[in-house]
Amino acid sequence: MTQMNRVAGGLIDRSKTLDFLFDGKRYQGHAGDTLASALLANGVRLMGRSFKYHRPRGPLTAGSEEPNALVELRGGARKEPNTRATTAELYDGLLAHSQNRWPSLKFDAMAVNDRFSNFLTAGFYYKTFMWPAAFWEKLYEPVIRHAAGLGSLSKREDPDVYDKGFRHCDLLIIGAGPAGLMAALTAGRAGKLVILADEDFAMGGRLNAETFTLAEAPASRWLSATLAELASLPNVRLMPRTTVIGAFDHGIYGAVERISDHLHTPDAGKPRQILWRIYTQQTLLCAGATERPIAFENNDRPGIMLASALRTYVNRYAATPARRVAIFTNNADGHRTAADLHARGITIAAVIDTRAQAPLSDKYQVLRGAQVVNTHGRLGLKFIDVALADGTVRTVECGALGISGGWNPNVHLTCHQRGRPVWDATLCAFIPGGALPDGMQVAGAANGAFSTHAALASGAQTAAHMLGVGAAEIPHAEDAPIEQTPFWVVEGAKRAWLDQQNDVTVKDVQLSHQEGFRSVEHLKRYTTLGMATDQGKTSNILGLAVMAELAGKAIPEVGTTIFRPPYTPTAIGAFGGRMRGREFHPTRLTPSHQWAVERGAVFVEVGNWLRAQWFPVAGETHWRQSVDREVRATRASVGVCDCTTLGKIDVQGADAATFLNKIYCNGFAKLAVGRVRYGLMLREDGIAMDDGTAARLADDHFVVTTTTANAARVYQHMEFVRQCLMPDADVHLISTTEAWAQYAVAGPNSRKLLQKIVDPAYDITNDGFPFMACADITVCGGLRARLFRISFSGELAFEIAVPSRYGDALMRRLMDAGAEFDVTPYGTEALGVMRIEKGHAAGNELNGTTTALNLGMGRMVSTAKDSIGSRLSTREGLTAPDALRQVGLRPLSKDDKITAGGHLMAASGPVDAAHDQGYVTSACYSPDMNSMIGLGFLKDGANRTGERLRLVSPLTDLTVEVEVVSPHFIDPQGDRVRA
Amino acid sequence: MHDLAPLTALGGTAAREDAHGGVTLTENPGLALASVAARRGHEDACRSHLAALLEGPAPEAGKSRLHDPEAAFWTGPDQWIVGAPYATHEDLADQLMARFGATASITEQSDAWVCFDMRGAGVDAVMELCCNANLAALKTGDATRTSIHHLGCYVLRRDPVTHLRILGPRASAGSLHHALLTAMKSAL
Repeated sequence: MTQMNRVAGGLIDRSKTLDFLFDGKRYQGHAGDTLASALLANGVRLMGRSFKYHRPRGPLTAGSEEPNALVELRGGARKEPNTRATTAELYDGLLAHSQNRWPSLKFDAMAVNDRFSNFLTAGFYYKTFMWPAAFWEKLYEPVIRHAAGLGSLSKREDPDVYDKGFRHCDLLIIGAGPAGLMAALTAGRAGKLVILADEDFAMGGRLNAETFTLAEAPASRWLSATLAELASLPNVRLMPRTTVIGAFDHGIYGAVERISDHLHTPDAGKPRQILWRIYTQQTLLCAGATERPIAFENNDRPGIMLASALRTYVNRYAATPARRVAIFTNNADGHRTAADLHARGITIAAVIDTRAQAPLSDKYQVLRGAQVVNTHGRLGLKFIDVALADGTVRTVECGALGISGGWNPNVHLTCHQRGRPVWDATLCAFIPGGALPDGMQVAGAANGAFSTHAALASGAQTAAHMLGVGAAEIPHAEDAPIEQTPFWVVEGAKRAWLDQQNDVTVKDVQLSHQEGFRSVEHLKRYTTLGMATDQGKTSNILGLAVMAELAGKAIPEVGTTIFRPPYTPTAIGAFGGRMRGREFHPTRLTPSHQWAVERGAVFVEVGNWLRAQWFPVAGETHWRQSVDREVRATRASVGVCDCTTLGKIDVQGADAATFLNKIYCNGFAKLAVGRVRYGLMLREDGIAMDDGTAARLADDHFVVTTTTANAARVYQHMEFVRQCLMPDADVHLISTTEAWAQYAVAGPNSRKLLQKIVDPAYDITNDGFPFMACADITVCGGLRARLFRISFSGELAFEIAVPSRYGDALMRRLMDAGAEFDVTPYGTEALGVMRIEKGHAAGNELNGTTTALNLGMGRMVSTAKDSIGSRLSTREGLTAPDALRQVGLRPLSKDDKITAGGHLMAASGPVDAAHDQGYVTSACYSPDMNSMIGLGFLKDGANRTGERLRLVSPLTDLTVEVEVVSPHFIDPQGDRVRA
Repeated sequence: MHDLAPLTALGGTAAREDAHGGVTLTENPGLALASVAARRGHEDACRSHLAALLEGPAPEAGKSRLHDPEAAFWTGPDQWIVGAPYATHEDLADQLMARFGATASITEQSDAWVCFDMRGAGVDAVMELCCNANLAALKTGDATRTSIHHLGCYVLRRDPVTHLRILGPRASAGSLHHALLTAMKSAL
């Protein structure tokens, strides 16, 4: 028999039957069902096991506040643990498994925990697993994690994609119940840009779950007409399946839209979810209210749920957890549930009302002044024990029990910026109060307007007031008076669950009070009350009430916990969006990238750039073979390297030279047009920031280069100086890094190669274009280009730049033209080897701790002018006589290794921090020296050339004898670069 | 005339075009660009030159001046990017330097950017997945700086509802193209 508990009516589409599997068993439901409603319709009340005691559990609610009915949805890599069955939309082929049980849901071996509940009380972990400490990580924690908890991850890559997006509006309305809909009508008709978001797949809020009329007709008719009108307004955007998860600064809200969660698999290219960032001028929170339970002994059995949830299942989903149902209430709303269920042919075993003067019914028995004191049924509710007004106890048979303890406004989003709700003594509930997020107001049940009429009116009028427009006409609706009296816990109850998700009972709160954890924040952390994925939506108020009674205080005196984003659990994938895997960050490609790929280059990530690291050729099996070859070939003839990635900043203006004088520690004012100068930039504290060159193309025009890694940082620094330190200067900066393809052409034949490229009108001989010259030129018959005679390799070298679109063609031309010189492309590894051989500092040396003095460039810091960092670079601590100085290092035995990061110690004596002499910053194998070499910083290094030291690396167990040498391993006089 | 063949920012010899859901995404390599920043004390003169060039007032904050053959959009106080057809204005920066003289700092920017033209009825639906620009408020001729896939970009509305122009950093053209294309497939 299928769908044995399906009743008549409801909003489900019976023409669409959907198959689904739960714990391997096949069931059927209908479009419009949730997993929970479909299971209930099939007679399944048991849907999960509790967190700690592994107690059998069924749904407590019919919405996102659900603490119990958590399942693992879908399978394989798409498995999603801890999904609420109460919100999981049913689709054909849905696959779900219960979680936190072994071996099966009906027989869970870990349910033995329930028998040891006296040992598993609040603070159990803190008290029990104290000794021995070493056992915690390896024994206790794994065992506890296995025994307690929720679902499990697939540990496989999520095959689905997620998007992030941005939307803007005048008014964001959160919740499409009566208040939200009226607000949307009001704002939409006034032409305002409106976003109406609701977490449900069907808009309407409680209107979907009730049977009363609106505008003298079934509420569904008014709802359909209203949604149709809103959908027709171009200025109104309806966002169902969208949970607003957080209220952030400056009117920005986070919202997760579930695009494909209701499908078996997302359509091609479509995301599973979109995380929207909504920018709004104003916000109206119409999040409704959540019914609150009453705690009594064994109140957690499958079949026991909120009365409003019972009503929702019957009225909306045409599903009932049982054919014989009881209601336990302290207010009129419980009677509404009884009446609705009775109308659908469900037997009402009894309405147990705590009030002595509760209204009676001629259709079912009402037990006035009575209370439910216990329940029975191992895997689902079978009987309840009712204490009658006369003190006798009657056992009532029923398969479900609806509980109604009144309603709590959903204040959560009002708290996201530290606003604290306030206690409303009339409603006996917290309502929004304190400082709400800027631009937010609250309407409807979320603000304590509980009747349908009050909610409709509140939504329309609040929106009208916020926007300064007229309110939409309010349809006639029920306006029953609201009477909520406090009734939280049945007296004498001990194992009465307050927080069903975290298994917190009345007894736990009593223990917390007894042990001194009485502040609401202490209570929360000691017992874990309200700390689960449902954030205590159905439990916090009960916990506060119990603590208040124990402390002899009123609830507001105990305090309130506040809520933080996200409102409901949110997939990490939604936060990541498309930025994952290869798309985690954008990639920057050099103009010669395609050519380099064709050459089989091996690439390395440098920031976002992909740079060719080396270019292996046939027969080379190890990177060192390639790199050594590239170095030798460049030093022997000519090599070409793409150096486009170096930052290029165009500096123009009448004060451009003055500006450079400020940012560089060495002088630039007198640099002649057509010349390039090496520049060292210091931080304010005198530490070296970056180095590079500045080429003067005109009196008022420089091109500054930076290191690849620091390009953005240096540009930012220069803009700061321009805007904040020199606001009156006439100087403009703009990045041209990507505008120009720039190649280093290095080696003794570099000039000969370039002479085949550069147009004849330009003299690039040593006399016509000496070392450190620069010029605007043309190449290849007229293409505009820039030529710089600078050298990082220590060879005769140039850097040539053309507009980026021609970079690929120029590289191919250089290779063709250079064939007669055996031109060799070289990558960043060879570049690094050659600069170490030449003794040029790079990022390893400019490491944020070194000064110009350390780098051997102390005399570059001009005292004839004021520049950033120059004054503080002379601090006592930075100018000690034995300050670190850059040195070269070579091993005494040519086969020994030199490794960056190793420390320098005296040739004999202790090896410890107290005797540290310095450290190695860069190391490589030098084809020129036929051994490894290194650059490093050594105390008083300038005066220790020839000294023998030990290079030690305790981490790698390395001890090598090294000799201190000049950092310029090749061509120390610079003859080559001037050739 | 030189004999080097250009590549587009996406690395092709011809502009790439993709279509999905009624929207086309076209790489536009035919745009010459140059930045113009007024020299201190020459702001009015610079604006006058720009106005003469554009046959209308220099664009104010968040605006562009759509004009042929030269057009411009605002990038900062007294700063603009001027664009023109590459085929006729490859030397745009030189042309502008000649016109503006010492009143402005001019820098060639043609190959600093990749330009994509997105056309079709769904362009706003696509772009709301890409950037936080308020597209409903973006009128024809508006230009805004925004971030797409962590890349600093300009978005210009070229007509009321169907044409957006996106300028992004050239070296990341592939990443930007991927981001725009996946957004098209997601939104449409």
